[in-house]
Amino acid sequence: MKKIIFILLTVLSLGAAQVSAQSRKALKLNEIMVVNENNFIDDYGQRTAWIELFNSNFAPLEISSVYLTDDPNNTTKYPVPLGDVNTEIPTRQHVVFFADGMPSRGTFHVNFTLTPGQDNWIGIYDADGKTLIDSITVPASLTADQTYARIEDGKGTGTEAWEIRNGSNGKHITPSSANVIRDTNNKVAMFSEKDENGFGMTIMAMCIVFSALLLLSICFYIISKIGANAAKRKKAEAHGTNLNETPRDLHPEHDSGEVIAAIAMALHQHLDAHDKENTVLTFTKAKRSYSPWNSKIYTLRENPRR
Amino acid sequence: MSFSDFLLQNLEQFWHLTGFYNATWQHFVMLAVGLFFIWLAIKKDFEPMLLVPIGFGMLIGNIPFNAEAGLEIGIYEEGSVLNILYNGVSAGWYPPLIFLGIGAMTDFTALIANPKLMLIGAAAQFGIFGAYMVALLLGFAPDQAGAIAIIGGADGPTAIFLSSKLAPNLMGAIAVSAYSYMALVPVIQPPIMRLFTTKKERLIKMKPARAVAQNEKIIFPIVGLLLTCFVVPSGIPLLGMLFFGNLLRECGVCTRLAKTASNALTDIVTILLGMTVGASTQASQFLTAQTIGIFALGFMAFIIASSSGVLFVKFFNLFLPKEKKINPLIGNAGVSAVPMSARISNNLGLEYDPSNYLLMHAMGPNVAGVIGSAVAAGVLLGFLA
Repeated sequence: MKKIIFILLTVLSLGAAQVSAQSRKALKLNEIMVVNENNFIDDYGQRTAWIELFNSNFAPLEISSVYLTDDPNNTTKYPVPLGDVNTEIPTRQHVVFFADGMPSRGTFHVNFTLTPGQDNWIGIYDADGKTLIDSITVPASLTADQTYARIEDGKGTGTEAWEIRNGSNGKHITPSSANVIRDTNNKVAMFSEKDENGFGMTIMAMCIVFSALLLLSICFYIISKIGANAAKRKKAEAHGTNLNETPRDLHPEHDSGEVIAAIAMALHQHLDAHDKENTVLTFTKAKRSYSPWNSKIYTLRENPRR
Repeated sequence: MSFSDFLLQNLEQFWHLTGFYNATWQHFVMLAVGLFFIWLAIKKDFEPMLLVPIGFGMLIGNIPFNAEAGLEIGIYEEGSVLNILYNGVSAGWYPPLIFLGIGAMTDFTALIANPKLMLIGAAAQFGIFGAYMVALLLGFAPDQAGAIAIIGGADGPTAIFLSSKLAPNLMGAIAVSAYSYMALVPVIQPPIMRLFTTKKERLIKMKPARAVAQNEKIIFPIVGLLLTCFVVPSGIPLLGMLFFGNLLRECGVCTRLAKTASNALTDIVTILLGMTVGASTQASQFLTAQTIGIFALGFMAFIIASSSGVLFVKFFNLFLPKEKKINPLIGNAGVSAVPMSARISNNLGLEYDPSNYLLMHAMGPNVAGVIGSAVAAGVLLGFLA
């Protein structure tokens, strides 16, 4: 028994570790600016390079103790400090770190800077300092007030998921907010455009509803067959007959619910039979005259003790 | 300022805060609707458990007051008591709790005994998608059309859940419409059932359902959850709670939990849900041309749903041997107004043959309708949210 509990606990802990690792995997590098001349200002009124991270999870994500680094050989360069409530990124939200090399300015100021005119590698490592969560190399071609950003927040891998943005229409620079500015629900817009009269939706949805219930129906048809066979076998065993020769087969008309109920009622009437009943079904009004809830004794003070 | 001026000024300020000063004709219309609901519930016995809370909620929500005074009393004012209670509707957590109770109350025996009746519950969902198409024609956006169309599922909690996700601005009208038509099932459905059936069909006697073993009843919610939610994961909140409640009921070892879920918990949530839905129908938000459109679409959805259930049984009968034919009067029960529509099937069956009890047979499609409408809601949510 102890062995089983131990195995269960081990499996559960491994599962929990896996879940934690998976949720940290949702942390993504999302947009990076190397030379900031006329762009986002930090809380000290300074313009510095910045790195935007995105929580691609549909749940808040705590990022304290993960590492941000610009050096693959020094994976634990900047640990995100513990104990700051702002290190929990809300669902599908962003957080900006300033690469100004001044960690004394607060949690969101890392201890390294980005170098203009050369490739800048940036990585996020998990709390163990070994598991790479996400990384990107920002190209050297990035000029002042341009960013290297994911085309869609948190989506895709490799350089094809990224683009250089200069603030022009469709290439907005969006520190601490979504890289794609949407004014409509894409799904709804698609249905409006492609399925104007709703036939497509009706056909698809009814097929799904029918398949779900058909699946359930077939499943229970099979289960009921198995159940019926088991009941038949039990009955045959009880009557000491063959499976193919149950009393039901011999007298099928005697097994309907109505007939059994009628026989039971007739026997009850004839024998005036009672088994061990503790309640009686009656039309006579049963009045309980006393109940402690309406007793006035309980609303009075106790008599003083002598 | 003299003392009398001071008094007059304060009284004037107070007058500006009263309902009499702030009342508009729209408020009186909504108050009249609320009173009508209460009358329907008390005098006509139409779904009193729903219509009394909703009707009284309408009175609460439509007492005129000065919204600019910052009194934090309106249901849409952040932090007001009513707003806190309304969170269960707007965030969609009352409906799954109601489904927990429905699961704990529902006996799926009839459905398990005759699994093919589940298809009637699926067919009745045509009402939802028929209304969806008409709503699109009337110019509603697909997400709004989906939220309105779910009224055809005849399932209040599902309608509230889906509209809170797809079209929160229409939720009040959709909820009131869904509950109104559910209450009017005894008026709406019988003419449709008579219209689409012949006298001979109404006299069909169905074989009594077989006895269902306890093990089958325990397996049903587990298999039901896994199968339906694997097909439509977006239905998890509703289907998960429905089947969980049913497992509590059938497992035999959680009697206390099943009792609480089916009695106290359901009663509490029904009170809060009904009252807040009623209060959310504030005249300024509710009395619009859109609301009239929603009521018309809801009515149409209900008619299509009931008709398609009956017609599907007739179609199904074409393939069934004579002794296994289904009485089409149970087709209307495919809408998930439990157990009202099953009772209608039974009453109409008895009207034509006093020995033809259809209640247990009708309960099959009726509870399949609950599952079907939750699946349909999941599909709409998956496609449009």
